[in-house]
Amino acid sequence: MEKLINITLKVWRQRGPQEKGAFETYQLENISTESSFLEMLDVLNEKLVKERKEPVVFDHDCREGICGMCSLYINGHPHGKDQEVTTCQLHMRRFNDGDTITIEPWRSAAFPVIRDLMVDRSAFDKIMQAGGYTSVNTGGIPDANAIPIPKPVADEAMDAASCIGCGACVAACKNGSAMLFVSAKVSQLALLPQGKVEAAKRVKSMIAKMDELGFGNCTNTRACEAECPKAVSISNIARLNREFICAKLKD
Amino acid sequence: MWLTSSSVGRKLIMSISGLFLILFLAFHMSMNLVAIISSEAYNAVCSFLGSNWYAVAGTAVLAAGVFVHFAYAIILTLQNRKARGEQRYAVSENQGSVEWASQNMFVLGAIVIIGLCIHLSQFWAHMMLPELVGSEELLLTADGTTYAATDGAGLISYTFKNPINVVLYVIWLIALWFHLTHGMWSAMQTLGANNKTWMPRWKCISNIFATVVCAGFIAVVFYGYFA
Amino acid sequence: MTSIPGLFAIGEANFSDHGANRLGASALMQGLADGYFVLPYTIQNYLADQIQVPRMSTDLPEFVEAEKGVQDKINKLMSIQGTESVDSIHKRLGHIMWEYVGMGRTKEGLETAMKKLKELKKEFWSNVYIPGEANTLNTELEKALRLSDFLEIGYLMAIDGYNRNESCGGHFREEYQTEEGEALRQDDQYSYVACWKYTGENSDPELLKEPLDYEETERKTRNYKN
Repeated sequence: MEKLINITLKVWRQRGPQEKGAFETYQLENISTESSFLEMLDVLNEKLVKERKEPVVFDHDCREGICGMCSLYINGHPHGKDQEVTTCQLHMRRFNDGDTITIEPWRSAAFPVIRDLMVDRSAFDKIMQAGGYTSVNTGGIPDANAIPIPKPVADEAMDAASCIGCGACVAACKNGSAMLFVSAKVSQLALLPQGKVEAAKRVKSMIAKMDELGFGNCTNTRACEAECPKAVSISNIARLNREFICAKLKD
Repeated sequence: MWLTSSSVGRKLIMSISGLFLILFLAFHMSMNLVAIISSEAYNAVCSFLGSNWYAVAGTAVLAAGVFVHFAYAIILTLQNRKARGEQRYAVSENQGSVEWASQNMFVLGAIVIIGLCIHLSQFWAHMMLPELVGSEELLLTADGTTYAATDGAGLISYTFKNPINVVLYVIWLIALWFHLTHGMWSAMQTLGANNKTWMPRWKCISNIFATVVCAGFIAVVFYGYFA
Repeated sequence: MTSIPGLFAIGEANFSDHGANRLGASALMQGLADGYFVLPYTIQNYLADQIQVPRMSTDLPEFVEAEKGVQDKINKLMSIQGTESVDSIHKRLGHIMWEYVGMGRTKEGLETAMKKLKELKKEFWSNVYIPGEANTLNTELEKALRLSDFLEIGYLMAIDGYNRNESCGGHFREEYQTEEGEALRQDDQYSYVACWKYTGENSDPELLKEPLDYEETERKTRNYKN
């Protein structure tokens, strides 16, 4: 049932990558519990523009949980406290009248703030460019029975492929490590025959790029897995380690 | 060298040195349990592991293991702090599934190292060290009793008569328990020997192992106190 | 590739059946088929030849003109400093389109829409408020630039609908329906392929058409009854 709630927002405002940021507090009244979190921010921005102030900059695109653009650290959790949802799928019915909501950008050395709540996640693109693809020409689509793939393997590859590259794993990790992202991208290809051809080369170059870009070392705290909006498992990290160690030992 | 230059390589060093220390702990704990059964047998073990060349070599490898594990802990922690960035979150909350130990491995490790230093000064310095430097010096305690370097059992009962030592050792071993519960499965994960099926198994094995090892050590501490 | 070198029309707009097939799933398949199979074998042929083409200078009059055009547009938008936010005008645009230029359209409705859209465009260009500066990351300016295009295309859709006195495909003029409520086409008047030519900021676009001649196939009206 729709309810109207009043909330207090503490939002991180930062004009540019080099400038010093600070929290600003805003009061919002009569926010419908049926609105989404991003719609609530739209209301805030509309209000700010009406007051002739600059609106809060935040990333968003599809607003249906698949593009991986939205990226807010809400009350101490990437994408909010709810499990397996992105910020755009978070609803105001999860909040109560009188709540104070703290909204911060992803914080990691490899993700510098561009402005306010928007961070530069191009580091992920660079990791992908380093090897997150298959360059073999696989030809047309073969018959389903031409290359049999066991169901559990296909499922695991699919689960790994559900990573949307939002960066919540890096944001949640106390070490700013991108291992969950890299492991998902390595796994989705390494598990399937087309990806196996370049598996060793891929894992080496993707890890080298990840290290070069200043992401931290994994200490298996599992915070990434707990906060991942797509519930990507750290068993992928074990696979990544295995692939990497085997590839290096073969050299 | 990829072991030192890549993040996974450095973690592998942590993992292997950690597993080596785990093996040592299992051995040390079994040896201690002998003290509960028989003082003479324990002292026999002590003299067997005195300043013989194999014991000295083992100790040197062990010290190297501790050093590597600790040095890489510092390196990795510093790198991780840098990767986290200068700006910290104002509000940060853990999901329930994130274990406390996993987030505090460095602090726990530091407590273990401090405990280790106390332990070495109380035992190793009076047992192996005098033999190494060739002095037959005996430990002369405050009450005037002397203990020979091979009288490990006597040293145990002397040390743990003091309740302060009992408390310190229990704190140390609890920290060790937390460190091991995370460290053991984590080492397997880093080695890549993990998947969805083995995850709960490794966690269970780690918990049982950590509990057995720490309980074994604590048993000897209390044995020393009450005996 | 279209008749303009370097301009590719792919997906739903790819070739002759654009507009003839409005079923969502098959339009989606066109996008997928083009992305997976067609583009990898066509665009690279075009790009391969581009290696011979020297880098164009940014001093060319065309470049200077295009850059100045964008710069002027941004300056104009930033100088308005009115009272309406970009989002509020965008929402009003959405309401007009929803109300009058949806699936079922009428002559009167489209007239109202054109009138309202003209007014809205005028209001946008005289009363929009964009905070901040143009040379920093400014999401409001970004939205305003898009909205200025949406206003144009919205108006064009209304004109096109108004111009076509028949019901055909997704365009259903309520005046033109059979007794059974099916679309009533006027093939004698509207059997052409057309495009609208932009004639300037304040004048209506011009309709350019080519007759649509069927030689092999027979034209039919689609209905869901039989």
